[in-house]
Amino acid sequence: MATSAAGRAPQRGPQDDRWAEVRLHVVTGKGGTGKSTVAAALALALASHGRRVLLCEVEGRQGIARMFDVDPLPYAERRIATGLAGADGRAGAVHALHIDPESALMEYLSMYYKLGRAGRVLDRFGVVEFATTIAPGVRDVLLTGKVYEAVKRNSRNRGATQYDAVVLDAPPTGRIVQFLGVNTELAGLARMGPIKHQADSVMTLLRSPRTAVHLVTLLEEMPVQETADAIEELRAAELPVGAVMVNQVRPDELDDTSLADALAGRLDGPRIAADLAAAGVEAGDTLVAELTEEARDHAERRALEDEQRSRVAALDRPTYELPRLAGGVDLGGLYELAARLREQGM
Amino acid sequence: MTPQGDRRRLRVGPLASTARQAPPLDVDELLDDPDTRIIVCCGSGGVGKTTTSAALALRAAERGRHVVVLTIDPARRLAQSMGIEVLDNTPRPVPGLTWPKGSRKRPVDAPRMDAMMLDMKRTFDEVVESQANPEKAQQILDNPFYQALSSSFAGTQEYMAMEKLGQISRDAERDGSYDLIVVDTPPSRSALDFLDAPERLSSFLDGRFIRLLLAPARGPARMMTAGLGVVTSTLTKVLGAQVLQDMQTFVAAFDTLFGGFRQRAQQTYRLLQSEGTAFLVIAAPEPDALREAAYFVERLGEDQMPLAGLVVNRATATSPEDLDAEEALAAATRLDRKRSRSATAGLLRLHADRMRLAEREARLRERFTAAHPEVPTVVVPALSTDVHDLDGLREVGTLLAGG
Repeated sequence: MATSAAGRAPQRGPQDDRWAEVRLHVVTGKGGTGKSTVAAALALALASHGRRVLLCEVEGRQGIARMFDVDPLPYAERRIATGLAGADGRAGAVHALHIDPESALMEYLSMYYKLGRAGRVLDRFGVVEFATTIAPGVRDVLLTGKVYEAVKRNSRNRGATQYDAVVLDAPPTGRIVQFLGVNTELAGLARMGPIKHQADSVMTLLRSPRTAVHLVTLLEEMPVQETADAIEELRAAELPVGAVMVNQVRPDELDDTSLADALAGRLDGPRIAADLAAAGVEAGDTLVAELTEEARDHAERRALEDEQRSRVAALDRPTYELPRLAGGVDLGGLYELAARLREQGM
Repeated sequence: MTPQGDRRRLRVGPLASTARQAPPLDVDELLDDPDTRIIVCCGSGGVGKTTTSAALALRAAERGRHVVVLTIDPARRLAQSMGIEVLDNTPRPVPGLTWPKGSRKRPVDAPRMDAMMLDMKRTFDEVVESQANPEKAQQILDNPFYQALSSSFAGTQEYMAMEKLGQISRDAERDGSYDLIVVDTPPSRSALDFLDAPERLSSFLDGRFIRLLLAPARGPARMMTAGLGVVTSTLTKVLGAQVLQDMQTFVAAFDTLFGGFRQRAQQTYRLLQSEGTAFLVIAAPEPDALREAAYFVERLGEDQMPLAGLVVNRATATSPEDLDAEEALAAATRLDRKRSRSATAGLLRLHADRMRLAEREARLRERFTAAHPEVPTVVVPALSTDVHDLDGLREVGTLLAGG
């Protein structure tokens, strides 16, 4: 049995210093691992002590609006929630932004080229559609470009909200390096000119210690493998790898002995029946057999989780674990997950 | 560990609730029907599309079909789960297939199944090479804009999947190599991207922008001149003159191939609408995955594409005994108070957790069924182990067939 109490608990303690310098938290993960949920929980966890955090989404899903139970977000920053209060009881605020490439292109043109009206002409000629759906990488550079703009704001940008941190709910691991690194590709395509300059600036931020790319995984073989692959690819692209966020961890209701007994079919049936009777549950043999079977199933999965947990540990990145919420993730659930991140030093 | 056969099978499916139930999906009937020529598995990322496709293909092969499974996922997942190290753009035979026990088929005609993984860039290059003379093909392949487009255009993968499906299907019709093609769809941002790829390509090819780029070659476009100046100067300003020139060269060189591309994309689209095609929408019992599944079902209806049913993977198994979550938790608390040191309180809490998950999943499925009551559905319990090999795929196949 690979199970050990020490192996189960993720590394705790003051990890927060590690991220003090980070202004841009990019959250990615294999499809189905819950990366959007983790990004939202991270934004809540970071928004304490009066800090302002911007949570961005770029995949057109309106997932933030659904998770926070607000109206679909426009291409404008909105305050959507109070952050999780810190030890001193002070909370911050989470703002949200839904970035779509068309709006980002229009804003880009008017901001950098004073070409507000040209936008409509471009649209009429199908250039906007071409640029945002077909032209290689342009879509991605527009999306990361807007995130870059939000991160780089300072007191000179009068009227614009400044943020202490930006959390980006990014595309899945399979596309993350292309998404972030596409700027290099585009910069290579555009060998000179303003878009190259813009792409280079975005790349400089993404490769700096002010950025961290966090990877969300489940304790299952394929997501863990994909996480390991993504870490290698990110490193090869010189992008800063952040933490591994292990999501949907199974409850820890049985101790190691019971887990071993459950696996070996050694759970004490008569004892369970007696306990159930003592607790006022009418227990037939069927119920005892079913509870035992459920325990075996659980123990098998826990053993597999432990195997994957040690593979995650071998990745040698700061690791955070988040529980699987049986009732699903609602707004309350997001705060609960944020609190877990905070407990583990985020 | 005890063999699987000794174990009680945990039940999946609706709880005691009597809410609307979807009609059952009969997977074996679908696989055995000689009129089923193509099965397309679609759904959002992380719902088990690749495993499901491979399991369906294997089951069909071991029931006597000549199958090829086409996977598009660039990860080595299918390769891993089928025990094959290299999958490339050519279908390769999968070793280790056998007739099921009790089958009357002769061992000499062992079941056959091929598998392949799509190499997007190579498919694109092959299409260019097959459509243009060598000189022109090289000119296109060397163009920087083509190189960027063929490796990163959001949708190239989807389009190339369609292209490859069309190719294999035409070949199979001609030489009878396969009588069933199982297709796994790319891990798209949205499940709908797969259907939109040909349309997007067509609109790219027919788009005003391409016309505009070609305009100098095709003579004066006086009607456009007013806006044209603005567009060209903006593009030059933003992209630089070099990129614009690369694009123009590419479009001019590619122009002659456009017709072929568009025609084949439309052919494949019609193929997907034909009666021999069956779409299976794959989902997990999660709100996002089921929402995508619902969009997909609606979209298939609009596009008159034949939907065979919904597969809900990774479902939580529950046992039929009625001990609900609240009761179980209350009993666990009473045991804690008695300071019982046995595992029973833990077992009860696990049971409560499982019941809650199962209740939530059942609610989500009922919501789907309420909106789409006609969609045949099969619910597949989550396996406790990952699928690595043919035996694993066979087990998934059995579960898909409701066994």
